[in-house]
Amino acid sequence: MTDLSRRKLLITGLAATAGVAGLGVAAGLAEKYGLVPPDHGGLYGLGETLTYASQRLLTRHSLAREFSRNQISERPLANEIAPPSEEFKRLQAGRFVDWRLTIDGMVDRPGSFSIDQLKSYPSHSQITEIACEEGWSYIAEWHGVPLSHVLNVVGAHPQARYVVYFSIEPGWWESMDMADATHPQTFLTYGMNGDDLPVGNGGPLRVRLPRQLGYKSVKFLTHMTVTDNLKKFGKGLGSASPEGGYAWYAGI
Amino acid sequence: MSTLDSAPVPLNASVPTSGPTSEPAISTLTTAPRHSAIVRITHWIFSLCFLALLVTGAEIVISHPRFYWGETGNVLTTPAFKLPIPSSRALVPTGYGYVMPDQNGWSRALHFQSAWIAVLVGLLYGIAGWVSGHFRRDLLPGKSDLSWRGFSTAIRHHLLFKRPAEDGNDSYNLPQRLTYLFVIFILFPLVIWTGLAMSPGFISAFPATVDLLGGRQTARTLHFLISVALLVFLLVHVGMVFVSGFGTRMRAMITGHLRPAKERA
Repeated sequence: MTDLSRRKLLITGLAATAGVAGLGVAAGLAEKYGLVPPDHGGLYGLGETLTYASQRLLTRHSLAREFSRNQISERPLANEIAPPSEEFKRLQAGRFVDWRLTIDGMVDRPGSFSIDQLKSYPSHSQITEIACEEGWSYIAEWHGVPLSHVLNVVGAHPQARYVVYFSIEPGWWESMDMADATHPQTFLTYGMNGDDLPVGNGGPLRVRLPRQLGYKSVKFLTHMTVTDNLKKFGKGLGSASPEGGYAWYAGI
Repeated sequence: MSTLDSAPVPLNASVPTSGPTSEPAISTLTTAPRHSAIVRITHWIFSLCFLALLVTGAEIVISHPRFYWGETGNVLTTPAFKLPIPSSRALVPTGYGYVMPDQNGWSRALHFQSAWIAVLVGLLYGIAGWVSGHFRRDLLPGKSDLSWRGFSTAIRHHLLFKRPAEDGNDSYNLPQRLTYLFVIFILFPLVIWTGLAMSPGFISAFPATVDLLGGRQTARTLHFLISVALLVFLLVHVGMVFVSGFGTRMRAMITGHLRPAKERA
């Protein structure tokens, strides 16, 4: 073996070792700082992880853009929704007085909240854009209570890592990390443009998560669970979206 | 101190120079690769990503083949233009009586993963091209090229489909250089910028990304139009490879050499 090829071999070996060790350290750090999304496995896990990790490093506290009143869309598009269930029709006939949002999991005081109870908490508003993954968007003024306030009411545990949330529509559920759950613009939304939230736009209660695409702002919200482990839910990918081929993290 | 010791020595003796050629110089001229290894590797990884981005981008567009200017746009607002194709969403009125299958899930995942790899590989290419002098040597037009005569000759040769010598190790001509510079330093940065300007997470941290463009729908429309320009480039680029000798050009971009090894030996 010549000196040159031996040196080459040594350098290649060292570089490969350093590379593998570096990747290992990076993976460990990413896991420790919550930079790995629940759908990190599979063919597109690399892209999902790079996007989620880099955006969590850049956007942990950033605020979604807010607009002025004159930029509010004249006609807020009500996207197609599945035909309402009998249960939904019954609640709608009762003007949603009996609508309940239940919250359980890693909390001190599991609770059940009516729309009026949620309205009794400090009401906040934001004029933000809702953008669908298909490409369309509109701007509306959203009224609600920040999720962080309600998480304080139920006493979410400091070890909590995710909030899983469910629509009355079967099979429609999502989850968000605590950076989003405690973000000031993450709302339990009961109003739009100065009125009650129309059913077409998710009324009586929907999530608003303006730093992610529209499908994370689940409509007809009935249930939330605070957890430190998403493996227990569905197929363990974090939400229904990855089970249908869509990204769990939709900040893009 | 002896000045003889510090006599200038060519930094890279294998690079062919335009000076008078002697026997050894000719042999290096024939064996020096037309494309360096880094250019070849990044070219092919990037090509795969680029194709994936085009296909998945088209798939995503099918779910809403309407384009708008400004911040917002949807089926209740007037589009700037729409594509005369069916949609994969019943929400969109297209005039067609059917809805295409939804392919957005995997398309989006592959789109963003390909974008990540393309950007990282592009950065590697950019740094290598800058450090190695590839941009200066092979892409920036030479002084003589920039004369009106040089430019008009190059354009005339192009319009007449005058084929370059197949085995020639000639460098890029002026329209080629200008096109590559335009694509690498104008279109690619623009398509990345307009893509990022659609990301709700990214623009929450860097709102100027989208505000400078005049809105998120403007960013989406520009992203589409720039992609069309890149598709035109791809078609011309591949077309020119066929015109100037498919086998030779492909061999050059795969092995680095215009001629097979046995002919070079």
